[in-house]
Amino acid sequence: MTQVVKETIYTNYFKEFIANEKNGELKNLREKAFAYFTENGFPTLHNEEWKYTNVSAISNSEFQISNSETENESSEVLNQFNFERNGFTALNLAFANVVLVTIPKETSVEKPIEFNFSAEENSANFPHIIIVAEAGSKATIVENYESGAKSFTNTAIQIFVEDNANLTHYRVQKESPEAFHVGTTEVTLKRGSFYNSTNINLGARLSRHDIHLKFTEEGGEAFVDGLYMLNGEQHHDTHSEIDHALPNCVSHQTYKGVLNDKSRGVFNGKVFVRENASGTDAQQSNKNLLLSNDARVDTKPQLEIFNDDVKCSHGATVGQLEDEELFYLLSRGISENLAKNLLTYGFAEEIVNKIEIETIKKELDEAVLNRLSTNLEA
Amino acid sequence: MLLEIKDLHAGIEGKEILKGLNLTVNAGEVHAIMGPNGSGKSTLSKVLAGHPTYEVLSGEVLFEGKNLLELEPDERAREGVFLAFQYPVEVPGVSNSQFLRLAYNEKMKHHGLEELDPLEFNDYLSEKAKLVEMDKSFFKRSVNEGFSGGEKKRNEILQMAVLAPKLAILDETDSGLDIDALRIVAEGVNKLRNSENGIILVTHYQRLLNYIQPDFVHVLAGGKIVKEGGKELALELEEKGYDWVKAATK
Repeated sequence: MTQVVKETIYTNYFKEFIANEKNGELKNLREKAFAYFTENGFPTLHNEEWKYTNVSAISNSEFQISNSETENESSEVLNQFNFERNGFTALNLAFANVVLVTIPKETSVEKPIEFNFSAEENSANFPHIIIVAEAGSKATIVENYESGAKSFTNTAIQIFVEDNANLTHYRVQKESPEAFHVGTTEVTLKRGSFYNSTNINLGARLSRHDIHLKFTEEGGEAFVDGLYMLNGEQHHDTHSEIDHALPNCVSHQTYKGVLNDKSRGVFNGKVFVRENASGTDAQQSNKNLLLSNDARVDTKPQLEIFNDDVKCSHGATVGQLEDEELFYLLSRGISENLAKNLLTYGFAEEIVNKIEIETIKKELDEAVLNRLSTNLEA
Repeated sequence: MLLEIKDLHAGIEGKEILKGLNLTVNAGEVHAIMGPNGSGKSTLSKVLAGHPTYEVLSGEVLFEGKNLLELEPDERAREGVFLAFQYPVEVPGVSNSQFLRLAYNEKMKHHGLEELDPLEFNDYLSEKAKLVEMDKSFFKRSVNEGFSGGEKKRNEILQMAVLAPKLAILDETDSGLDIDALRIVAEGVNKLRNSENGIILVTHYQRLLNYIQPDFVHVLAGGKIVKEGGKELALELEEKGYDWVKAATK
């Protein structure tokens, strides 16, 4: 089931926008992407990958599209971006504001490379980051999303971790509780490379994050960890796909959710181990803490294995705070409210503690604590 | 009188385990409660600390003359009751120092005393950690997470040192300890023992009592105290086994 987008704000704006695109290759690509969007529209609940996430609030809203210059040398890489996943990826490419960063061969970048986005009220934003970590390089990148009011951010990042490169990636989404946020992360790992990501989702009224990670050569290792912490009527959906296409690669995935009030979380994690991928080690876990009777989470870890010589595990839990942990804290004189908050904080901190940049970690510590004390008052 | 237990009947999930237990503890005294598995030792510890799955059926527990059973577990702790757990619980993501400072300050606040900021508390904690030969590296680690059995028990005694309870119940603190860890834990307890506080040592074996000398030994069997005496009773028990007591009470 698809919906046909006839005359939307996007169509009108795209005509104007594409007329100003001077790079022929890029123009062609944008037109193809927009045609896909026009034909397919935004995904609906009938789409299996979107069955728990209703995006009609995005399609029914009007935004001012904000745009800036794009770097020309990016078209070759953009060509590799799979915009045909859904209407969002297509729309992102059609309007993409591209930033390309190359970490040169055998270079270690000490300072984190930060990308800070702050959406203005009623704006629609289409950032598109490309990171090429060349062979033997080492760096940390940070994506940071904020907004002050209702806005729509539809972002994508393409990451290439080349032979023996080492990339740490922090993604922090703390947009306004009225904002819409849709993001796609595409990662390609080459021989002996290492990729370590932590994805924090605290903000937005409606947010969705898709991760597509693929080992295209042997011996790569990846951590794909994350936290979603929701309250009020927030909705967050993480879909991840880890593709072990070649032998001897290792992936670890730990995702945690803390859901309060009437919030709703969705976790869908697919791990593919292809026929050729012997010696694969893939671990996946998704743990959810429900703090209210009205909160809900739909979790679906999925392993698809086509090779016998592998080590894989996966699991998901949905529960309340552990009684024995709570009693232990009470028995030390900590009052019940504080004890519950402390346990919840500890649950979330397991992910936050992965962040090695002190300023970001401290800010998130505070954000987590603030959220807990807000709940106390509510 | 610090603690007075009168004809206590208690159990779990409808099953009566303590069947009329009487015990009196005064400040400055160390009482050992010994007994075979299933005699009700752990039930007594949990009931005193206020564990919600244990049910008091009848009887009375007075702490400094007040009804202890009316208080919530956290209120009991702030009043000065401390339970060292047989199986200390791991609390991932919460550092030992964070946890201890919160507990300490909750107690201070309750008694209208001055709370400590993180720096002040760190000094206080470092001082107490010496009692159980614990390294500062344990402060930053998550509570009990990845601790060895001995480290967990030392951490319990560290908590006791920080909170300075009036009544400490040590539930099988000696279980799972090697001889060095046992010595460290016992020396810690001995240093904390004073004329103001009372200590209840709950143990299956006499071994711990070589290190911490009790003033009184009570033998628990079938949910009741069946024999009482001085520290020599523990030795006799060790020699003759629990069957001796069980036989004597029949």
